Amino acid sequence: MTTEYMNEEHATVETGDDVVLEVTDLSVTFPSDDGPLPAVREVSYVLRRGEALGIVGESGSGKSVTSMAIMGLLPRNAQVEGSTRVLGQEIIGLNDKEISKVRGKKIAMIFQDPLTSLNPVYTIGYQIAEAVLAHKKVSKQAAMKRALELLEVVGIPSPEQRLRQYPHELSGGMRQRVVIAIAMANEPDVIIADEPTTALDVTVQAQVLDALQRARRETGAALVLITHDLGVVAGQVDRVGVMYAGRIVEMGPVEEVFYRPRMPYALGLLGSLPRLDGDASDRLTPILGSPPSLRDLPPGCGFAPRCPMARDRCHEEEPRLLLTTGDTGGESSAADDTIVHRSACHFSEELAGVEATDLFQAGEEREKAPKDAPETLVEPEVLLSATDLVKHFPIRSKGILRRKVGEVQAVSGISLDLREKETLALVGESGCGKSTTARLLLNLIKLTSGEVTYMGQPLQGLTDRRMRPLRKDLQLVFQDPFASLDPRMTVSDIIGEPMRIHGDGHRDARKRVKELLELVGLNPEHGSRYPHEFSGGQRQRIGVARALSLNPRVLVLDEPVSALDVSIQAGVINLLEDLQDELGLSYLFVSHDLSVVKHIADRVAVMYLGKMMETATTEQLFKAPAHPYTQALISAIPLPDPIKERTRERIIVTGDIPSPANPPSGCRFRTRCSKFANELSDAERTKCVEEPPELLDRGSGHRDACHYSQVVELI
Amino acid sequence: MSENGMFGSTRKGAKKKDSADRTQLQTILIRFTRHRPAMISLVMLILIVLFAFVGPFFWMWDHTVYKEIPSNLPPGGEHPLGSSAAGNDVLAQLMRGAQQTLKVAFTVSLVSTVVGSMWGATAGYYGGRVDALMMRIVDIFLIVPLLVAAAAIAGNTGAGASWSAIAMIIAIFSWATIARVVRGVVLSLREQEFVEAARASGASASWIIIRHLLPNAAGPIIVAATLLVAVAILAEAGMSFLGLGIQLPDISLGQMIGSARTAVTTRPWLFYPPGVLLVLICLTINFIGDGLRDALDPRQTRVRR
Repeated sequence: MTTEYMNEEHATVETGDDVVLEVTDLSVTFPSDDGPLPAVREVSYVLRRGEALGIVGESGSGKSVTSMAIMGLLPRNAQVEGSTRVLGQEIIGLNDKEISKVRGKKIAMIFQDPLTSLNPVYTIGYQIAEAVLAHKKVSKQAAMKRALELLEVVGIPSPEQRLRQYPHELSGGMRQRVVIAIAMANEPDVIIADEPTTALDVTVQAQVLDALQRARRETGAALVLITHDLGVVAGQVDRVGVMYAGRIVEMGPVEEVFYRPRMPYALGLLGSLPRLDGDASDRLTPILGSPPSLRDLPPGCGFAPRCPMARDRCHEEEPRLLLTTGDTGGESSAADDTIVHRSACHFSEELAGVEATDLFQAGEEREKAPKDAPETLVEPEVLLSATDLVKHFPIRSKGILRRKVGEVQAVSGISLDLREKETLALVGESGCGKSTTARLLLNLIKLTSGEVTYMGQPLQGLTDRRMRPLRKDLQLVFQDPFASLDPRMTVSDIIGEPMRIHGDGHRDARKRVKELLELVGLNPEHGSRYPHEFSGGQRQRIGVARALSLNPRVLVLDEPVSALDVSIQAGVINLLEDLQDELGLSYLFVSHDLSVVKHIADRVAVMYLGKMMETATTEQLFKAPAHPYTQALISAIPLPDPIKERTRERIIVTGDIPSPANPPSGCRFRTRCSKFANELSDAERTKCVEEPPELLDRGSGHRDACHYSQVVELI
Repeated sequence: MSENGMFGSTRKGAKKKDSADRTQLQTILIRFTRHRPAMISLVMLILIVLFAFVGPFFWMWDHTVYKEIPSNLPPGGEHPLGSSAAGNDVLAQLMRGAQQTLKVAFTVSLVSTVVGSMWGATAGYYGGRVDALMMRIVDIFLIVPLLVAAAAIAGNTGAGASWSAIAMIIAIFSWATIARVVRGVVLSLREQEFVEAARASGASASWIIIRHLLPNAAGPIIVAATLLVAVAILAEAGMSFLGLGIQLPDISLGQMIGSARTAVTTRPWLFYPPGVLLVLICLTINFIGDGLRDALDPRQTRVRR
C-alpha cells in the first residue's frame, strides 16, 4: 500500500495569522545540591494553527523539559520563568485546577512510552471516554461512542472489540495509537508529542506517524513533535528547532535547516548521521567531545568547546538566536515571524555552503583499503558458521510442576557464515531473534538443534571449560553502555578482567590496559576511574576495549550504537571501522537500524520472526531488495532529507509482528505482507499460506525467501 | 571440579590487585572517614570493645560473687556502678556481659552473612530448579521460630554454657533471612549485561558470584548484617532469660537486663547500664553499616558530600 499523505499534509498547512501557542523566553531551572541546574534557557517560539513544529536535540538538551513546562507537568521544585500562551491565555503560574481546564482540552500530550502512559487496570474504551468526560458534559454512552470514532480515526482494526480490552492485550504500536486517540479526544488546538515513536519498531513507527497525521487532519491541531530522529522530523514537520544545552540554537523551515544549516551544531548533527540515501564509503563526521554538563555551562556559546570554528568571541559571549538571511542584526523582526531562519552563532554567515565534512574532521584522513577490491580474489576463510540454528524457549506453567505449555520459537532455522575480516549485519525488528542468534553463535545459550562451528570446530555441546579457550577469539559488545559495565569495578579492572579470567593477567596486564584505552580513544590515565564517571559514548568504548583485550578474531556487536546519541554514535562507528582495518577483525553486527548497517556492513542478513528473509551484499540489498519485508523495512526508515522523505514511494506494512509462540503457517511474513494483501491472486496466496518459502539464490549470492520475490528500487 | 579451580584463581587475582591497586582501598577508606556518623560510631564501638575486652584486666573485681561486696550497694565509692543483691560488682559484670554479648553478636552476624549471602547468591544466579530447591530449604529455617528451636537444641545438647555454642545455634536460624535478601538482589543483577559480559569472556559461575554479584549486592548485605547484630543480641538475651543462654555465674547483657527487670525503679543501677550499652552497640553498628555501604559504592560519593 503506498500513500502520499505527506504531500497532502504539507498542503493543508494554513498560513493564517492565528497563533495557538506562543512561548516567550521560557527558562526552567532545577535547584540541586550543587547549585541551580538550568535545564532550559530562554526558549521562544510560536506555533500557528495547524502547523507542525519539530524540536530536535540529543538527550539532555532540554527538549522534553520545555514541553513539560508548557503542560505544567514539572515537579514543584522547578523554577519556571518566561511566558507560555495558549490561544492568548497565559498558562505559566496557573494553579492545578485552572491548568486542568487547559490540559487535554486545548493542549494535549503524547508520551514516549505507551506502556506506562495507559492505566493497566482500566479498559481502553473507559480511558478514552474518561478523557472525553473530563471536559465535556455528555452521557457515558455518548463518550463511548466518541471513543469508538476516535479508535477508527487512528486506524485500529476492529475497534468495537478493542474498546473492551485492557492495555496489556494490545501491542506497543496499538497502545500508542490509543494514546493518540486520547490526546485528540477533545479536539485540542495543540498536540505535543514527546518522542512518540522512539520505543517502536520502524514498520510500526510508520503506522503510528500515519495515525498522528490523521489525528491532526481530523482535529486541525498544531503539532509540536519532539524527537532525536532527524529522519522523523524531516518528513513530519514544517519548521524545526534544534536544541543544544537548554537553548534553541537554530530554527527555521525544515528545508532551510536541513539543506542550509547555519549553526555548526546542526551541521555536525546532519553530518554525523549515517544515511540510507548516502554512500557507504563516506566517513561519518563525528562531533568531538560530549554535550556540556548543565551544572557548569561554558560562559560563551554552549557548543564552543566542541566547535571546530570556535574563536575567542565564542568562548566569551553567548550568541543570540538571530536571523540568518541578510547580515544585519535582524533584531527588528518580530518573534512570531515563522518563515524566517534563525541561528545562534556569531559566525553563521560563514557557514553558507559549507559541508559537514569541511568543518568537522572525519577522524584522521587515512587511505582506507577499498573494501570491495578483494572480491575478485580468493574468498576469505569462513571463521564462524551456523547451520540450521533452532532455539525454542519453553513456556512453562506456573506452580510447582512447571509443565511445558508451549514454546517461543525465537530462532527457527538460521544459517550463516562469517568470513574473515568482513562485517556481516544481522537486521530485524525487535523479537525477530537476532540477539538470540548472536548468543547462540557464541554458545552463551544452548541451542535446540543445529550446528555452530568456529574454524571448523563444532561449538555446541562444549563444556564451559572446553569453551573457555575459544572465548578468547569470540567476544561480545553490548547495547547498553550503562548495564554492561560492572559499576563496582574500575575501568582498568573491567578491561583487564577477561585477561585475569584466562590467567594471563600478570605483569603486562596494566600496560595492556593502557594500550587498549588509547586504542579506543580514551585517556589511558583514566583507568582508575569508575564507569559512572564516563559518558555513554566513552562507556561504549570501554566495552569495546574489554572485548579487544584478549585479541579476538570475531567481535559480535549487539546493537552497539543504538543507545547512543547521533553525534556520539558516529565516533563509535568510525572507531569500529578503524579497529577492523587495524586489527583484521570480523564483525557480526546485530542491529535494527538499516542506515547504520548500510554504512558499516559488507553483507546483510534480514531476519523476521526467527527466519532469514533475505541475505545479500550491502550493495545488492539496498539497491535491489527482493523480499517484501526488506522492501518494507527500507521504505519505513525516515530519510533525514525533507524533500526526498516527502516524495518517496512507500510500502507500508500493516499490523504488528505476530507472537513467536504461535507463528503463521507457511511464510511467516504473509500476515503483514503488502504483496500478499494487494497483488497476489487467491491461488498464489495458497502457496504462501501452505508452503514455507526456502531461502533461494537469485544469482550472485543474493538470496531471499519469498515465493514471489521481485526486485524493487526504493532509494 | 571446575568450581574449585576457579576459586583458586580468584584468590590469585585478588592478591594481585591488593599489591598493585592499593589506591582503590585507600579511596574506600577516605570515603568512609568522610562519613561523620559512621566515624563517631566507629570510635564509640572501639571504646566499647576496649571496655569489654581490656577493661577486666584493669578492674579489681571480676563478674563473680564476692563475700566482701555488700549487696544492693548504690553507685559510688569503691563500686562506681553499685552492686547486685548477690554481691557482684556491677561494673565488672557489665564488662564481662558486654564481652560475651559482643562475641555472640559478631559471630552470629559474620557466620550468617557469609553463609547466607553465598547461599542466596548461588540460588539466585542459577535460578530454576536449583533456586526452587535451595529456597525451600531457606523457607524451612525461616518458619521455625528461632527461640523455640534454639531452646529445643540447647536444651537437648546442654550446650547452653558456652558462648560459641549459643552463637552457632542462633546463626543456624538467622542466615536464612540474609539468603532471601541476597537472592532477591541477585535475581535482578544476573540479568544485567555485565554478568553476560563476564560469561562471554569465559568466567565461571563462582567467579561471577564472587567478583560481580556479591560486590553489587553489598549494600543490602551490609544492612542485613548490621540488623542481624541487633537480632542476635536480642535472641541471646531471650535465651538467657529462658535459662538456655549464657548461665550464671557467667553473664551477658541480656541476662543482666532480664534479672534486673523487677528492679527498674528500686535499683535502677542494675537495669540502666546494661540497657544503655545494648542500645549503643546496636546503634553504632547500624551507623557503621551505613558508612560502609556508601563507601563501597563508587556511585554514592558523587551525590552525597
